[in-house]
Amino acid sequence: MAAASSGTVLHGVGVGRRAAIGPVVRVQPAPAVPPDTVLMVDGRPATPDQVRDAAGAAFTAVAQALTTQSSRATGTVRDVLAATAQMAGDPALRAQVLSRVAGGEPPVSAVDAVVNQFASMFEQAGGYLAERVTDLRSVRDRVVARLMGLAEPGVPELAQPSIVVARDLAPADTSALDLDKVLALVTELGGPTSHTAIIAGQLGLPCVVRVAGADQLADGALVAVDAANGTVTVDPDAALRETLARRELAEQALTQDTAPGATADGHAVALLANIGTAADAARVGAVEGVGLFRTEVLFLERTSAPTRSEQAEAYEAALRALGGRKVVVRTLDAGADKPLAFATAPDEENPALGVRGYRLVRTHPELLDTQLEALADAQRATGTTPWVMAPMIATAAEAREFATRARAAGVATVGVMVEIPAAALRAREVLAEVDFVSLGTNDLAQYTMATDRLRGELADLLDAWQPAVLDLVAATARAGVELGKPVGVCGESAADPLMALVLVGMGITSLSMSAGAVPAVRYALRHHTLERCRQMAAAALGAPGAGEGRAAVTALLSDDARTVLVG
Amino acid sequence: MAERTVTVASRVGLHARPATLFTQAVAATGMPVTIAKAGGEPVDASSILFVMSLGVPYGDQVTLAVDGPGADEVLDGLVALLATDLDAPADPGTPS
Repeated sequence: MAAASSGTVLHGVGVGRRAAIGPVVRVQPAPAVPPDTVLMVDGRPATPDQVRDAAGAAFTAVAQALTTQSSRATGTVRDVLAATAQMAGDPALRAQVLSRVAGGEPPVSAVDAVVNQFASMFEQAGGYLAERVTDLRSVRDRVVARLMGLAEPGVPELAQPSIVVARDLAPADTSALDLDKVLALVTELGGPTSHTAIIAGQLGLPCVVRVAGADQLADGALVAVDAANGTVTVDPDAALRETLARRELAEQALTQDTAPGATADGHAVALLANIGTAADAARVGAVEGVGLFRTEVLFLERTSAPTRSEQAEAYEAALRALGGRKVVVRTLDAGADKPLAFATAPDEENPALGVRGYRLVRTHPELLDTQLEALADAQRATGTTPWVMAPMIATAAEAREFATRARAAGVATVGVMVEIPAAALRAREVLAEVDFVSLGTNDLAQYTMATDRLRGELADLLDAWQPAVLDLVAATARAGVELGKPVGVCGESAADPLMALVLVGMGITSLSMSAGAVPAVRYALRHHTLERCRQMAAAALGAPGAGEGRAAVTALLSDDARTVLVG
Repeated sequence: MAERTVTVASRVGLHARPATLFTQAVAATGMPVTIAKAGGEPVDASSILFVMSLGVPYGDQVTLAVDGPGADEVLDGLVALLATDLDAPADPGTPS
């Protein structure tokens, strides 16, 4: 593996618009060691006793290192590291490994066997425990690396603000990162809607995924990451540094403006934030409300469903944190990539097309009813009316059924998500049953283009600028205009300032995104009239492909906006 | 052999923080305490991996057992711990 030389520019898919310059810190892959590798001591194969002592020392050292790292960290990182440290120090894990190696088993094989045994127990338990398997594997990797004298795998402790470079980042990796010291994220794999990209979006971190050649970025190398252009430049020259610094200043200036969203001629468009917890609600900052409260976080790390009063408490906290601002709550969207221990069928061949989202009502109606009752409780307790919508609605009949259940529970404002092409094609009929709809553009693109959101190599097909996806968005927006009902967008495409202009031109009434994306979208709207937005929508819909559409809209930007938004 | 059966009071079940606090308390006793679900095999109660693998939800009963000097006092302490909601904030509010 040759290190990338000075001035080399690597290309990938940018997430967000920001840029950063800093030293590379690489996330090391798991040690690749054959299970029968013999431990050598002083040039001779170690005796079983020596192996046992070395393995015991490796467990102790790994547990201590993780404990130390945990004590220097804060928040979630601290908790994740502490939990991993406790696994490394687990008496049963250690005792079983030591007993195997004392019996002559090669050390890597012994560690693997014991870890696999616990991992399969965890996987059988499912849910929260199945997710902890990643932590268990990380203990395995660390102990094996320590024992065999290899580089410490996983996310390193960041001594200074750094650019984190990885082949891919698992949720567990991200949760072990001290995000205050992360300047930017660069991955070789992953797509623009992958976990890494979503986290980066929430935090407003520059991020470039699918960077070919990212494996050549050496630890400590100085690089410039430019998400707007999807580039990573090794040893950036003075000119590039200056450009990026200027853009960063402009970006910071955008955040000073906190007025409600509107076009240059005063057409109001609500700018909202996406959140996952009541704690997020307290952190959203200067937005007009929340356009997507993903409630599955309450359900995910559990072996049984949260009770009505537990849920009501969480919803009430979110409503209170937002002090009367608009809050759109999405009912449980479990299944597919978000399985639940107590509801998801384990044997679905195509979980993205299976019993997920609203469809869970077919197998577990009590989950939805309890949630709707809890939302009505929160509505009564706070005097704020949440907008409540169901995910994964395919037909007008499903929309009607959901609205009936929700209103029976006491929920006052009812809507559904439009993320299945069938619902977009029949948007007028769907919208007639409810008070509002919200387009989930990530899933709408996935289902329209028959492209898995998690397959990074198909990112071009998943592009929200694909005219077929835009046709469905436009049809839904048109239904809203005709019926005089609100149609929002809560997918990542609302976070792209250019796309936001197109959406507003189509008749979309609110845009919900990661809070960090709001300033640039607000700026874009403020610099264009509604009429110009309509021209942009026509240009995007009339383009033969995604790239052409984006280019046509870029050409319609005002000069000021082009400098600030495109750079 | 001293034995006690107790209902798990932590709302998330014997997972995450409650499991951590419990196994640490067991380890601190320095005694070979075991924990079992009703009808299940007893496992090492100081092992977070074993305890979490049991997957004990809120409201389920577990049986603790230990042999040795002071076994009853050790179990009294551990039973009191399991009968508390270990996931609640330091100053738990009244449930609504």
